[in-house]
Amino acid sequence: MQTTAITPLGDSAAVVRLGETIDPETHRRVRRLERAIERAAPRWFVELVPAFTTVTVFYDPMRADFAQVEGWLARQVEALGDEPLPPPREVRIPVCYGGEFGPDLGEVAAHNGLTEDEVIFIHSQGAYVVYMIGFAPGFPYLGGMSERIAAPRRATPRVSIPAGTVGIAGMQTGVYPISTPGGWQLIGRTPIRLFRPEQDPPTLLSAGDIVRFEPISRETFDALWEGGDAR
Amino acid sequence: MMRVLRPGLLTTVQDLGRVGHQRHGVIVSGAMDEVAHRVANLLVGNEDHAPTLEMTLVGPSLAFDADAVIAICGGDLSATAAGVRLPLWRPIRVRAGTVVEFGGARAGCRAYLAVAGGWDVPLVLGSASTYLRAGIGGHDGRALAAGDVLTWRTPGALASQWLAAPEGDAVAVASWSASHRVRPRYRGDIAVRVMDGPQADWFREESRAAFFEAAFTVGSQSDRMGYRLQGPALALTAPRELLSEAVTMGTVQVPPDGNPILLMADRQTTGGYAKIGQVIRADLPLVAQLKPGDTLRFVRVSVAEAQRLLRRRERDLRELAAAVRGMGAINWRSPARAG
Repeated sequence: MQTTAITPLGDSAAVVRLGETIDPETHRRVRRLERAIERAAPRWFVELVPAFTTVTVFYDPMRADFAQVEGWLARQVEALGDEPLPPPREVRIPVCYGGEFGPDLGEVAAHNGLTEDEVIFIHSQGAYVVYMIGFAPGFPYLGGMSERIAAPRRATPRVSIPAGTVGIAGMQTGVYPISTPGGWQLIGRTPIRLFRPEQDPPTLLSAGDIVRFEPISRETFDALWEGGDAR
Repeated sequence: MMRVLRPGLLTTVQDLGRVGHQRHGVIVSGAMDEVAHRVANLLVGNEDHAPTLEMTLVGPSLAFDADAVIAICGGDLSATAAGVRLPLWRPIRVRAGTVVEFGGARAGCRAYLAVAGGWDVPLVLGSASTYLRAGIGGHDGRALAAGDVLTWRTPGALASQWLAAPEGDAVAVASWSASHRVRPRYRGDIAVRVMDGPQADWFREESRAAFFEAAFTVGSQSDRMGYRLQGPALALTAPRELLSEAVTMGTVQVPPDGNPILLMADRQTTGGYAKIGQVIRADLPLVAQLKPGDTLRFVRVSVAEAQRLLRRRERDLRELAAAVRGMGAINWRSPARAG
């Protein structure tokens, strides 16, 4: 049986907890609840943030108090069935691996007793689930990376990692949408912008999508280059 | 238009934040002191969400090339114009050619400058707020710099009427001001009300007690993203990993080193540290005016009490908005000569 708890996050948000671990069933429950709330869109609803095991609902306390929001959310959770979700959107992200874009590719390979080409092959074979977006605009928390290419974070984080950089940290892989400091092992870079503030939705990826990485050459990278950072 | 002669330490355009895109990781930003921002707008006849300038610790020097009605609210950053001290929480009329000059902070940390009509910057994802790290929003996605030129939108009917008053001094102030009821009681040592955070029961009994008994000092590594607090280290009952989930302004999260971080306007949308407490929205303006070295204590309240306090604040702000609308013509007068 799944556990559910609804707790306040201050006076203007409520956290619905739908499980305890990162797993496909909890992810489906998160997505179902997200859809139910958005379909109903009560007048006190402001926005929601889906995460690995939670959906946090921001609301207007001038229009409903916590008890009302809690009661309504509890009924939505109770009514969650196991109806199939629409098939996830599949997004292909071209990546130019190694070289100046992936200075840590060799280290990831050595750590796992592989060649660089094998790391690229394994990384680009995966179908990754976007469990949630957080940390930075459009930054995907991806599930499904092969443990054969796992690698620990760098002891000293880099001061600035360019937008579009693809990295590995532990069992996770991800793409930096904006230039930020970070401690991930860098294996490549995409010419595609993940944060597009001029569009709505403003990011390439949303929770629930499936991501596939596609190896490209430096020439293709240059041809597809969208300009990196948001501005 | 207005020209920036000197930008100050960190002057940015802010409004009530970029709401509605947190699920895509887009941070909310917005004014740190929501009340000072909103009152400044209401005093010049704007909607409370119009863009204002948020000034930090050392304010800018701004040359107005056209007549304007402005208001300054929040911390006291020593504003003067034409040799006279400018009052806070009060409509001010400046004539073309006037330079409004701010200095260091005499009280608080952040002041808000609203202009009748509202600062005219393009909206990005529905908001004028500056998101520095992503380089979007506000004025060109960055803090103001010397030489920048900002314009404002056409003032509403009320402020237009105020501007039409006969020629007068370079600077004149209204005979009335925002009621003390709506002004937060800023201090450098405050008690702020908090609710339990979602993981409050992950902490040791003595850490939970210390959280409410000790005074915490705002550390030097504190900015619009969050304040690092110094005080007793707070410990979990057992090492435990939290899967990332949403955080919000006022969240008090505790990394493994035990030193709490109080998240503010530019916080990320999600975080993976246990959350021991959550400052209530009604008290966030007090926190926004704290400087490094200031202290705060936490006092526990229920969600019902937090929401009651917020509703009372909103009622006070609605009354202010109605009072300004009913004010009619302003009897402008000279500000007292600075001593």
